[in-house]
Amino acid sequence: MSNEPQAPNTQAPFRFIGKHRRAVEHKRFVLGQGHYAADIQRPGMLHVALISSPYASAKILNIDASAALALPGVHAVLTGDELVAHTDPTLPGVHAPEVTRYALAHQTARYAGEWVAAVVADTRALAEDAAELVTIDYEVLPHIVDPEEALKSGAHLVHEKHGSNIIFHRNFVWGAVEEDFKQCENQLSYRVHWARSSTVPIETFAVTCEWSDASQILDVWASIQMPKFPDQVAKALRLPGNDVRVHFDVDVGGSYGVKRGLKHTILVAYLAKKLAHPVRLIEDRIENMRGGDMQGPDRLFDVTLGFQNSGEIRTMKIRALEDIGAYSGRSPLQLGKPVGAIVGPYRIKSVEYDATAVLTNKTPQEAVRGFGQAPTNYALETGIDLVARHLKMSAVALRKLNLISPHEFPYLIPSGTHYDSGDYEAVLDKALNEAKFEDLIKKRDRLRENGILAGIGVSTCLEPSGGNSSFEPLFNPKNETTTWMDSCLVRVDLSGSVTALMGTSSSGQSHETLVSTVVAEILEREPDSIRVIKADSLNALPSNSPVGSRMAIMLGGAAAGAAKKIRHKLRLIAAHNLKVTETDLGYRDGGFYALHAPSQQLSWDALVEIAHRKFHCLPPGMEPGLQEKFVWEVPTGGELPSSDGRVQMYPCHSFEAHVILASIDPGTCKVHIHRYVVGHDCGVMISPDVVHGMTYGGVAHGLGAALMEKFAFSEDGQLLAGTFMDYLLPTAHEVPEISIVDHCTPSPLTEFGQKGSGEAGYLGSPAAIANAINDALEPMKARISALPMTPQAIWQSLEEAKAKDEANA
Amino acid sequence: MINKQSIQITVNGTPYQREVEPRTTLVDFLRDDLALTGTHVGCEHGVCGACSVILDGHPVRSCCLFAVQANGQEVTTVEGLATSRTEMSKLQDAFCEKHGLQCGYCTPGMLIACSALLAEHPQPTKEQVREAISGNLCRCTGYQQIVDAVMHATSPLGLTHSANAGSHHVK
Repeated sequence: MSNEPQAPNTQAPFRFIGKHRRAVEHKRFVLGQGHYAADIQRPGMLHVALISSPYASAKILNIDASAALALPGVHAVLTGDELVAHTDPTLPGVHAPEVTRYALAHQTARYAGEWVAAVVADTRALAEDAAELVTIDYEVLPHIVDPEEALKSGAHLVHEKHGSNIIFHRNFVWGAVEEDFKQCENQLSYRVHWARSSTVPIETFAVTCEWSDASQILDVWASIQMPKFPDQVAKALRLPGNDVRVHFDVDVGGSYGVKRGLKHTILVAYLAKKLAHPVRLIEDRIENMRGGDMQGPDRLFDVTLGFQNSGEIRTMKIRALEDIGAYSGRSPLQLGKPVGAIVGPYRIKSVEYDATAVLTNKTPQEAVRGFGQAPTNYALETGIDLVARHLKMSAVALRKLNLISPHEFPYLIPSGTHYDSGDYEAVLDKALNEAKFEDLIKKRDRLRENGILAGIGVSTCLEPSGGNSSFEPLFNPKNETTTWMDSCLVRVDLSGSVTALMGTSSSGQSHETLVSTVVAEILEREPDSIRVIKADSLNALPSNSPVGSRMAIMLGGAAAGAAKKIRHKLRLIAAHNLKVTETDLGYRDGGFYALHAPSQQLSWDALVEIAHRKFHCLPPGMEPGLQEKFVWEVPTGGELPSSDGRVQMYPCHSFEAHVILASIDPGTCKVHIHRYVVGHDCGVMISPDVVHGMTYGGVAHGLGAALMEKFAFSEDGQLLAGTFMDYLLPTAHEVPEISIVDHCTPSPLTEFGQKGSGEAGYLGSPAAIANAINDALEPMKARISALPMTPQAIWQSLEEAKAKDEANA
Repeated sequence: MINKQSIQITVNGTPYQREVEPRTTLVDFLRDDLALTGTHVGCEHGVCGACSVILDGHPVRSCCLFAVQANGQEVTTVEGLATSRTEMSKLQDAFCEKHGLQCGYCTPGMLIACSALLAEHPQPTKEQVREAISGNLCRCTGYQQIVDAVMHATSPLGLTHSANAGSHHVK
């Protein structure tokens, strides 16, 4: 197998791929035998409680820990001064060397909730008791929470040494934008705001670290989903990489992007090494919400679309202002990934993209499902509906007019990415048919006749998948990352059993199921007989973890590659022993037979026996044993961006079309969704149950972002939604029944034609729900341009419309 | 050190006698003192339902109860739901069959909520299932395959291996 794109054999009847199969992981979960980070118990383990800044911006004048330290059972109170002297700051994602970030605030606290000190004691309860005895003197400083104010000269600087609150700005122009606008018959400008929400897993972040003086190894058990996590932990702790052993066999209780926990782990690792005891930190919910640094994109868009009377959309200007909070990590890069699908599924010829990331005194962001694509999709899809309204066209017809056609693939968008394949109109049509769209319109109109505000929402969106990291060099020329490989090792033991090794943890994506299905497909063995294990980082293979909807493509591709190498080795052994050429052999159920004389054959067991025991039967020069590793580079990867910022971002592009009917309760303004259909094409599905599950969950998550979830801050910079009583996650009451309609356009770039699906549903549901609500509000001449569209926001928009109406009357 | 109290609690049929601080929550007692880590902690303020256990026949939030409050009572946790060491309960089996979970973190609480439902309503409607799990947050599934799993477990036809029965995706 090579790294060359391969045409998938879509006609081949897969044996295991695409079939219903129980997930390997589920049995331990339903029995209560999962192995989560909080389940780790080490002898002599100590516990951490955190003390957070009560102010959004303050100088730390003095920390008096004497009373806490006097309490029996208290081992240490760690402050920023000590930690900063012994660790290095973590990377800000873009070139901003003065925006330093440590696990604890140092001299200055830059957001309410920032960790200022850590107390270590025999139990968590005792650590919390001791935390109450620590006295910290602060001098309150000016603060800034409004991202647009933060841009102005004279604004309070979150990081004074950086000299500005702008941590990243670039204006990209791809194509003849100004000229195209001049030639357009119409243009339309609008503003939308994607509010600060996140994935908010039910498991908070947990980490246990243990240091051995004898072996000089730091063991880490953490609920992580992070590329290059062991390397970054080692670097911050000033340790060689091979001193850090991250155990990837920890089950992660949900992540969807945010479980990075770098600062948590650096803090706990430092304490474990200092105290020569295992140390554990489990965030409580308020620590997670306020100081866990896991909030998501918070983005203002100003968009102008240029279009013809026919509905043809030709050009676009999109300005995005991202409020990343007080520190930087991956967050500014969430403006970068959307470059790879900046025109959505549409034939828009030229784009100006003005991307700014600004620092404010708020909780920092982390990577969230879609890495900035869902907000961008929401901004674009809002515009498509506005254009339709402007032209008095149906929003569906307008979309169909502008969707890229199946024969245009691979399709090059202005910002340099080729879309691999798709049949967008077919998927949209399937969704419309499933929703019985004409009936849906009638149903909406009947609701309206009965005095109910009701609306239909449609969105058509892309899910770039295969997680490359091209946004890193795009946003930071000093960063020359052009590979984002993943790998797998397959081993066949003497008994003939197959074990596959992967080098990353999982947070609900059923990777053991993915790998065993793929290896079974290639080797023609029973999937349930194949064991999949997760190496620790000292045993591990190069991996970039399950980010960017990449594992079906990348881990699936790597597992297939390793299995093919095993099969090839068996072929060489068979050819040597059957005395036929390699090409004269057929493979069936693990054994090879001579094509010209099928009775001449060697079974799986016989071939394995030769590989393990019979050196004299191996072809000359062949290594004994059966173990093969395959490292796969992201297909289409390997290129640096051009000077005008064009780059192939992700390799594969899944597509989804959402069609919904919603109504607004006249009394409470609560939104009710009557019908939810999503058409989905992620190529060949390796595990359909897993894909459907992620899609249902993604829609529900998007519903939360659209209607309920917001990390609201007061003008003082205090988080107002730090519990589940005020940061509302959708329950089984809010999430409607969802119909998924599958479609399959194989990717030409991947082993089986698969594309990614880890962000499915989430990328289009906020846009569709927002469009439905604005359709419902339209008869009242009301409109909402910000998420979440809460009952209060809807009520307010109706009141404003009424007041405007009365003023005009 | 705060004075410890002696308590006796029967968990999954096994009686335990332990000394605990009065402030120890039931979930911390189960996880730390009895090493029954199947019950999970999600919010510690009674909203997410991940810590649900059955206390004397009723599902409760074990993060909002002190262990001493359960003194003398019977608790069932997720570890107590299987029929035997080698056989999952019908509900557990249906969760596996219908992909009623992903990361598994909310799953113990969901199973407890659904077990309690089925004890009262052996043949629930979908609406009853949604009502029963409406106090349990799941961030992976959008709840749909959980509802499918419960309907599957209670189907009068018994467990079938039809992949799509009850779910809402079409080819």
